[in-house]
Amino acid sequence: MNDPNWGLMAKKDRLTQRARILTEIRAFFVGENFLEIETPQRIPCNAPELHITPQSCGKWVLHTSPELCMKRLLSAGYARIFQLCHCWRAEERGSKHLPEFTILEWYRANSDYTQLMHDCENLLSYLVPTKQLNYNNYQIDITAPFERLTLEQAFANFAPTSMQQALADNCFEEIYSEHVEPKLGTIKPTLVYDFPASMAALARVKPDNPLVAERFELYIAGVEIANAFSELTDQHEQRQRFAAEEQQRCDAGLQPYPLPEPFLDELENMPPAAGIALGVDRLVMLLTAAEDIAQVVTFTPEEL
Amino acid sequence: MYSSSDLRKGLKIMIDGEPHVIAGFDFTKPGKGQALYKCKLRNMITGSLFDRTYRSGESFAPAPLDERDMQYLYQDDTGYVFMDIKTYEQVSITSETLGDDKYFLVDNMEVKVLMFEELAIGITLPNFVTLRVTMAEPWVKGDTAAGNNKPATVETGYNLQVPSFVEEGILIQIDTRTGDYVTRIKE
Repeated sequence: MNDPNWGLMAKKDRLTQRARILTEIRAFFVGENFLEIETPQRIPCNAPELHITPQSCGKWVLHTSPELCMKRLLSAGYARIFQLCHCWRAEERGSKHLPEFTILEWYRANSDYTQLMHDCENLLSYLVPTKQLNYNNYQIDITAPFERLTLEQAFANFAPTSMQQALADNCFEEIYSEHVEPKLGTIKPTLVYDFPASMAALARVKPDNPLVAERFELYIAGVEIANAFSELTDQHEQRQRFAAEEQQRCDAGLQPYPLPEPFLDELENMPPAAGIALGVDRLVMLLTAAEDIAQVVTFTPEEL
Repeated sequence: MYSSSDLRKGLKIMIDGEPHVIAGFDFTKPGKGQALYKCKLRNMITGSLFDRTYRSGESFAPAPLDERDMQYLYQDDTGYVFMDIKTYEQVSITSETLGDDKYFLVDNMEVKVLMFEELAIGITLPNFVTLRVTMAEPWVKGDTAAGNNKPATVETGYNLQVPSFVEEGILIQIDTRTGDYVTRIKE
């Protein structure tokens, strides 16, 4: 008889912690009066986004995020909702990416992204009672308030060029990933906020500056954990932005997608709201000191 | 041709007219924007290592390498010596060029030697090799908890993590693509 699968046995401690973390996430949101929601994972279309490729599934696709269905629930009067589910993004595989991964999304009606920043602080301190996280040789203090930094300020602090220059030179991602991201969230978690409007297809722009979107990302130990924004609720503007995103996809030689018409129709009834997506596998990595996402899931695609 | 999404550890591509192997790989998507493919590349001729980041939509020529069936003979001052199974011709590959692959060679093992313009520049190993454990801490009786592991050394000098029940002197199977322990082998 052969030995049992050692690789799988070796994950047991982290998978046990993962189960506990999922239970605590649910307990946290139930305690905050959120309703746990499940939405279909196979859908006719996602929000068109240039840099996200959905996985086909028959004539439909697997959702890349439950966002559109969650917002339809907001439009129907569900004011505080959360979902824990699997999402699929084709061809994304690295030490912190899986093509099938676990997402936590939560939405609040009559709120904006600043409330979600507080939610992040409260959720993390709920999950880390010691208020200290050790990851990547960093000791991170989890007590609120977290560090808040505009994206422009983060570039000014850590990058050799300004954010505007990096965008103009078409090397934003390279500079952000090389110089800025590794410095974020190394003492306390960092909330990087206010992204260029062009980088947030579903976010509301700031009332006093249409070039900046009310979007933030949460970083801990240089790892991006969550992405949030004040939701765009203007039906016509959302339609125009989807059309622009579609045009960019076509220009890049990608196939066009059908538009999510029921979502666009019902957006008319959506209250001001804010929503956030958090990478659960990465959160488990941080809380269990795992260097690779493969250590915190039962099977990677390569292990099937 | 390969595209950016084909990039992965172990892939061999041409850069500036010379064959390179991807020795380390990661994928990121900073700010939910453009995907970046971060590669640690090894020049297969000089052995030099360097980092390079690619975006989506770039294309790469596969390295035109001939594979010859050879047998590993021995190690000497020049490096690791292999013999062509058909012609009995011998070639030598330096320790630097072989990288970690040298840790998985056992005498008389058959491998594919990679040739670039008559120059031997690397090998393709079988996916799994069996090696004897030469050093491991003794098994603490009662330590049966799954997931507990400990450092060990095998006959080639390679160090890796093994389960607590692996004892000195036994044979174990190692995955040469990841360098990880797979299972014990009964003799």
